[in-house]
Amino acid sequence: MSDFALQLLLTFDATLRLAAPLILCAMAGIFSERSGVIDISLEGKMLSAAFTAAAVAHLSGSAWLGVAAAIMVSMMLGLVHGFACITHRGNQVVSGLAINILASGLTVTIGIALFRQGGQTPPLTSTERFGPITWWFVEGLGQVPILGTVYRELISGHNILVYMALAAVPISAWLLYKTRFGLRLRAVGEVPEAVDSAGVSVYWLRYRAVIIAGLLCGIAGAYLSTGQGAGFVREMSAGKGYIALAAVIFGKWRPAQAFGACLMFGFLEAGAARLQGVHIPLIGEAPVQLMLALPYIMTVLLLAGFIGRAHPPAAIGEPYVK
Amino acid sequence: MSATPPLPRWADLFLLPALNLLAAFFVCGLIVLAIGENPITALGVMLKGAFIFPGSLGYTLYYTTNFIFTGLAVAVAFHAMMFNIGGEGQAYIGGLGAGLVSLWLAQYMPSLIVLPLAVIGAALFGAAWGIVPGYLQAKRGSHIVITTIMFNFIAASLMVWLLAGPLIEPGQMSPQTPKFDAAGQLPSVQAILGAVGIKVANSPLNLSFLIALAALFGFWVLIWRTRLGYEIRTVGQNPEAARYAGINVPRVVIITLAISGALAGLMATNEILGVQHRVVLNFTAGYGFTGIAVALMGRNHPIGIFLASLLFGALYQGGAELDFEFQSITREMVLLIQGMIILFSGALAYMFNPPVARLLARFAAKREAAHV
Repeated sequence: MSDFALQLLLTFDATLRLAAPLILCAMAGIFSERSGVIDISLEGKMLSAAFTAAAVAHLSGSAWLGVAAAIMVSMMLGLVHGFACITHRGNQVVSGLAINILASGLTVTIGIALFRQGGQTPPLTSTERFGPITWWFVEGLGQVPILGTVYRELISGHNILVYMALAAVPISAWLLYKTRFGLRLRAVGEVPEAVDSAGVSVYWLRYRAVIIAGLLCGIAGAYLSTGQGAGFVREMSAGKGYIALAAVIFGKWRPAQAFGACLMFGFLEAGAARLQGVHIPLIGEAPVQLMLALPYIMTVLLLAGFIGRAHPPAAIGEPYVK
Repeated sequence: MSATPPLPRWADLFLLPALNLLAAFFVCGLIVLAIGENPITALGVMLKGAFIFPGSLGYTLYYTTNFIFTGLAVAVAFHAMMFNIGGEGQAYIGGLGAGLVSLWLAQYMPSLIVLPLAVIGAALFGAAWGIVPGYLQAKRGSHIVITTIMFNFIAASLMVWLLAGPLIEPGQMSPQTPKFDAAGQLPSVQAILGAVGIKVANSPLNLSFLIALAALFGFWVLIWRTRLGYEIRTVGQNPEAARYAGINVPRVVIITLAISGALAGLMATNEILGVQHRVVLNFTAGYGFTGIAVALMGRNHPIGIFLASLLFGALYQGGAELDFEFQSITREMVLLIQGMIILFSGALAYMFNPPVARLLARFAAKREAAHV
């Protein structure tokens, strides 16, 4: 295998690792927004979950307990969002923003109170985090030219949370498009009156949507601190929740397309990391900042209808008044 | 939902915001208790740090200046029912505008020419960063919230590239511009007062505070005393009615976002022209987002915005004091308070409305019965 192809393969591998939290958060965003609840609090939920996972994993010694706690915390924040936007019909953007700011403050405040390390958690040992899973027969199959290398480098060797992220896409699509719950969820984001007059609770449907969003953001956060990293660092979500939001829009609120957008955004980030300081013939220094800003620029262009059209759910952002 | 009796005006303007604020502080107090410190002591430390210690008032007002600008920026958009969440990016780009003017002109011209131009530069660059989302909302139907969020990140990338590349101080490693010449620096308050013989403690408070006060007044005139302000409010109340009355709604939306961006951009006059005297990375430090809390608490009115800015200025300055006094509470506590305030006076603003209204209605009924 040529050097370039191997480099590309490794970049794809990094893409998958960087895209995993985006995928989980994007699916979370799709559930919430398809039900009519804007969710800019993906970021805050993920950050809180990242802290909780690392803190609980460190204190209990179990990465799985960490994930469970992270999911709980993220769901709680989802319920706060729901309480404000669904029950009290508050502004959904304001509520999301409040959660993001709260998460920034809470993670550091509690982190300092618990560990006294400037807001970080102590570094996690290998049992407190999720290690790579080596797939079957990697030794043997890895020797097969091309496909074997792909199998060894790209498919095998990620931690369980990455595979969960990959599984989340078909599961979300199935839930949304093939179940009665999904049909109602999509309907409640388009014409809540119709769902209501059919005798189905708009509030309860939307609450379930924000709870599912909390679940997925919880896994995403746990991945950041106990899968990808080995411990919590302040502000470690670093805008990923917003990139996931961009992916939701870029994917036109559909799981498969959003998955594609996440992979593309992840690839851009992986590429930017690899090209840092590299001189490219004709272009000169690699435009790393441009590559990092590309997800946002493309989302703006898409929303403005310059490259295709994205139609948000009709009732998004509207509190439902019975 | 059972019918809620209407709330008296004074209760809507003062009682509800006070209750929301109280609720926010109460929850924060519980969190402080939970991490094993005394919330009353912490509040005392913050108050002392914000107003009592020498120079602390200057610091408080310096933060207040930032929040007046970003709060007004959010509020003007709110009047048109537009949610400008991009104050952060607009302020950042405003800093670029102010910085470019001061960098290039301060070596040739006196401050009386450079500084007004730099202030205008900050406003123009901020306005430009607000106009684009405004245009996309008005003409292409893209959601302003999403676009302005994206523009925050685009601004951040652009500034990293500029400050680490074309604008970097030659021979230096840190991503920032060279320092402006003296003509490009807004004088500090202690320098001005010192010149007339009054000695005050050192603080970063500078002339931009007066610009902020002028902006507050200008905002009031604009919204309630001009034709444009009337149009902005009409578009906010009911865009359909506004269109029917002959108001060019897209034009008003675009102009509103331009004004909003300009106000956010003016925040840079404080940070860049008044304090840093060079363009530095991330000087906006979340002040743009705090503007949302300020506008919500201040009910989009200049007086309310001033009071809310003062509150947040005190929180930021007092919060810094927490670092010195406590082992386990730091200035991040302020973010927590800020988040709670946005939650309670923003998203949950009307949670207390029905119970308070019912209570007041019962009082009123009793008083009437007693009179009869």
